[in-house]
Amino acid sequence: MNAMPATIYIILIPLLPLLGFLIFGLFGKKYFKTSSGLVSIILISLSFLLALYTAYTYFFILGRTDGVYQAIKPIQLTWLSFTQALSIDMGILLDPISVMMLLVVTGVSLMVHIFSLSYMKGEERFPIYYAFLGLFTFSMLGLVLSSNIFQIYMFWELVGVSSFLLIGYYYDRPSAVAAAKKAFIVTRFADLGFLIGILVLSYHAQTLDFQTLIQRLATPGTVQFSSAVGSGFLGISALTWGLSLVFMGGAGKSAMMPLHIWLPDAMEGPTPVSALIHAATMVVAGVFLVARLFPVYSISAPIVLRMIAFIGVFTSLFAAIIACTQTDIKRVLAYSTMSQIGFMMFALGVSGYSGEDGLGYAASQFHLFTHALFKALLFLGAGVVIHYVHSNEMKDMGGLRKQLPVTHITFLIACLAISGIPPFAGFFSKEEILMAAHEHEPLVYWLAILTSGLTAFYMFRLYFGIFWSKPFRNEHAHGHEGTFPLLAPLVILSIGAVGAGFIPFGHFVSADGRILEMPLHVGFSVLPVSVGVAGILIAFWLYQTKNDRPDRIASAWKGLYRSAYHKFYFDELYMAVTKGILFPLVGKPAAWFDRNIVDGAVNASASLTQGVSDRIKGMQSGRVQPYAVYFLIGVLLLSFFLLYIWIR
Amino acid sequence: MNLLILITLPLLTAFAVLLSPKPQHARVFSLAGATLQLLIAVLLFLQYRASVSNGPWAFESMYDWYPSWHIGLHLGVDGISVAMILLTAFVVVAGVLVSWNVEKMPKEFHFLLILLSLGAYGFFISLDLFTLFFFLELAVIPKYLLIGVWGSGKKEYSANKLALMLMAGSALVLIGILALYYAQPAGAGSFDLTLIGKNNIPESTQKVIFPLLFVGFGIFTALFPFHTWVPDGHSSAPTAGSMFLAGISMKLGGYGCLRVATYLLPLGATYYSNTIIVLAAIAILYGAFATMMQNDLKYINAYSSVSHCGFVLLGIGMLTKTAITGAVFQMVSHGLMTALFFAVIGMVYERTHTRLVAQMGGLMKVLPFITTIMFIAGLCSLGLPGLSGFVAEMTVFMGSWEKVETIYRVITIAAGMSIVVTAVYILRAVGQTAMGPLAHEEYKGYRDASWNEKLAAIILVLGILAIGLAPFWLNDLVTPSTELIMKKILSSK
Repeated sequence: MNAMPATIYIILIPLLPLLGFLIFGLFGKKYFKTSSGLVSIILISLSFLLALYTAYTYFFILGRTDGVYQAIKPIQLTWLSFTQALSIDMGILLDPISVMMLLVVTGVSLMVHIFSLSYMKGEERFPIYYAFLGLFTFSMLGLVLSSNIFQIYMFWELVGVSSFLLIGYYYDRPSAVAAAKKAFIVTRFADLGFLIGILVLSYHAQTLDFQTLIQRLATPGTVQFSSAVGSGFLGISALTWGLSLVFMGGAGKSAMMPLHIWLPDAMEGPTPVSALIHAATMVVAGVFLVARLFPVYSISAPIVLRMIAFIGVFTSLFAAIIACTQTDIKRVLAYSTMSQIGFMMFALGVSGYSGEDGLGYAASQFHLFTHALFKALLFLGAGVVIHYVHSNEMKDMGGLRKQLPVTHITFLIACLAISGIPPFAGFFSKEEILMAAHEHEPLVYWLAILTSGLTAFYMFRLYFGIFWSKPFRNEHAHGHEGTFPLLAPLVILSIGAVGAGFIPFGHFVSADGRILEMPLHVGFSVLPVSVGVAGILIAFWLYQTKNDRPDRIASAWKGLYRSAYHKFYFDELYMAVTKGILFPLVGKPAAWFDRNIVDGAVNASASLTQGVSDRIKGMQSGRVQPYAVYFLIGVLLLSFFLLYIWIR
Repeated sequence: MNLLILITLPLLTAFAVLLSPKPQHARVFSLAGATLQLLIAVLLFLQYRASVSNGPWAFESMYDWYPSWHIGLHLGVDGISVAMILLTAFVVVAGVLVSWNVEKMPKEFHFLLILLSLGAYGFFISLDLFTLFFFLELAVIPKYLLIGVWGSGKKEYSANKLALMLMAGSALVLIGILALYYAQPAGAGSFDLTLIGKNNIPESTQKVIFPLLFVGFGIFTALFPFHTWVPDGHSSAPTAGSMFLAGISMKLGGYGCLRVATYLLPLGATYYSNTIIVLAAIAILYGAFATMMQNDLKYINAYSSVSHCGFVLLGIGMLTKTAITGAVFQMVSHGLMTALFFAVIGMVYERTHTRLVAQMGGLMKVLPFITTIMFIAGLCSLGLPGLSGFVAEMTVFMGSWEKVETIYRVITIAAGMSIVVTAVYILRAVGQTAMGPLAHEEYKGYRDASWNEKLAAIILVLGILAIGLAPFWLNDLVTPSTELIMKKILSSK
């Protein structure tokens, strides 16, 4: 651990967006009615430049010692100490993944800030929007920089609440409010698992610090490791429990099955927000978390990693099937995000720790990086389309390539990238993931191939549906495609979606910090690419022009189609549990019991007292004769008691 | 600092309020007194931090009162009581501010508020059980009048219920204190906390006295199943009454459980710890589920107080240093946050004349300040990092997890589940009130918070943020004192 006072400026990267939040939150309405957007962009640009500088310094100058990237901790302050060993520290941890995430978060956030300038123009609560964006960016940066597992939990909650605020930005729409609540509560449930996981892990590791925790729990033979493996519950070791529970938190944020139900609804938020939070950054927090603790998962609990691999690939396939049937373009993209995060998750799941085995880890982070670019691009493109046609539904679109030429080309690039067509960025990262899966888990590999085909299909279904299919007719549409702030981010991101694949990613990010060559094998790529092309061709056949083939196929596979269209009834299942069990069978009885039994007992004792005193108050009549009778009865009773009970 | 000022100042203020020539002057005196209280509390905190005291008690002073019974006015503070005094001072200022425009008998209203604060300060600085009990009673009686005279709804019923249940609690405390006096070796009997602490009381006696004291004080802090005065009392009380009730009175109970019952009878506490833990866990979860079904904002907040105060008792029952520290944090945090929540509910009620969640909707559009504050209070209640609730609950969790047996783990996890349920009911209440389309046309004309309402809210929010953003100062203040309590518990075993 090198001490590097020169890197203290890093703290500014998260603090600048926070400053934006404070300024616009407190004074936005009065003083920054229109200028808040520009000021925000300046702040986030500074953050981005600092992040670039940090990345340059870290990757090329300071980070590597003896060919291995080291973790650097420039700042650490004790925030709240529980015991001598356990304390929440506020710190900054720089290592390859956190530096990469710095770039992703500040970069995408900058694009979204610029895009919103035009997209959100004229909104009544414009400054508040930027304040919330700043809050989110701050929290997300804090999350990726966290050096302490409790610190990450805190920022984890903060991104959750910023997401809540932004999904509910259009707060007068009941659907937006419902979606915001749902997102918060579902992820909160998952976070409960995370919290308990932290308690379990920290109890055994006797630290909350990431580095120490990893070092202690990923080294078989340490006292802490033996304690964590030695004790258990229901036949499963504490370490496995702890790591599974931490993963539960990650699964909630990253919308893994069955905790995914909030993500599609989260699309109620403004579209740029979906691009930032629900596509590029917050939803990959779960992947980041697993990657952060990867040595522990990989060395100490491979069984959990295997579970992660299967959850990942099933989520991926499941989401891809649903995506094929949705008609709201943002929802298609949301399911596609779920599916792609599934790829990242299972890539981690099939990865080993050191050397060549670590391919899955590097590939997962690589995919996280490229996905952030092309998925943000897709969402922003969808934003332009929605802005133009004033609808989210595919039926209101079609033939838009003439009206929206820039959007059309950039959207096409992103679709090719996500479908894994060379030489676009997604091809490279997905190829590496498939390769890792192929080596370690054949079943995962084959499911992933299937998902890749579906991905290409539904993405091009979307593409043809928006830009081809039928001539565009809509009298509400705007006259022109958009202004500079709307289109510049699209172009910039599309450059990334084309070129990012050529970055030798394994040189920078790998599980053990050493250089990892990630070669491509042409022979291996033939199958995935042809599956992708096949998906595109089918989409072309079905959707390039308006025809009745899609409907015929849908009615031929009625059962599957309808279940997928209804998202396999997960929402209904949750509704049945909450509305059918939790509220009527737990909440109501608790409230009833309290009012009638517990409080009833209190009131009963009061009325009993009152009743008894009512009855006996007549005894004190002041007349002598009744008193004599009471006296006599008393004497008799006492004598009886003394004679027959006491004396024996 | 001479602690007597914490008694004399409210006393003088109370007289000034009562003797003020015009009703409008009463509130000025009241606010001035409350502000001075706050200044003194902050000063006390700073001086306490700077002081190097060699015993557990700082700023001790003793005044004879009834020497033949060894009853005296023995004053002194430690970190826990300083934290409580700070809390009280914050809540009092905010409470006076929101009562600025009370129309019905303002003089008497403010008099009672100040009298209540006098009781609270006296309670927190007393080291003599007899005077401690005296101040406890002093803090109960004004509440009866506040609810009975200025309340709303079925106020007589609620006032009676609250007073009777709290009096029952006090009676148990009184019996406990007397029993404690006689449990000490003959001739050495004392009401002095510092002396009783030194006398060894046999375990069998502790087992008898502890429940009296713990349940007695527990009733004040909503110990299940003696919590039912909480919803009725809060919902009928005027705004400042609810704030004082939740922010101060319930803390008297928690403080008593810790300072009197647990500290003086460590063997009793150890013996009953499992019972306390189970009752606390029931209160936490059951309170949370009951909250979920409430329709009135005040009932929601009152039931959630039952749930949150469960954490205080859970922390005390766990008998680990971290958990007890967490319990103290929770007292302070809950006091600030619930006072804030009740203040906001009062502000909404004054405008809409309803507290039914179903009647609310879209108030963010017309009342941006008030709804923002409501969000902050709600987020604090559901434990958002950066606000005080998170710090307190996490400390209790960490402390509870130190107990290794599976049963404690299960209870901690069960208590943890409440954070999900809390999210459900808070988002329901706040979401329905602030968000969504505007429920009624006439809501359009409402005016946002006035200066006094704003100031009250800001003061409480600052307190919440001070703990939530930088908990280390509170930790440094409280931990040495909880360490001493823990030392006593461990050495008695």
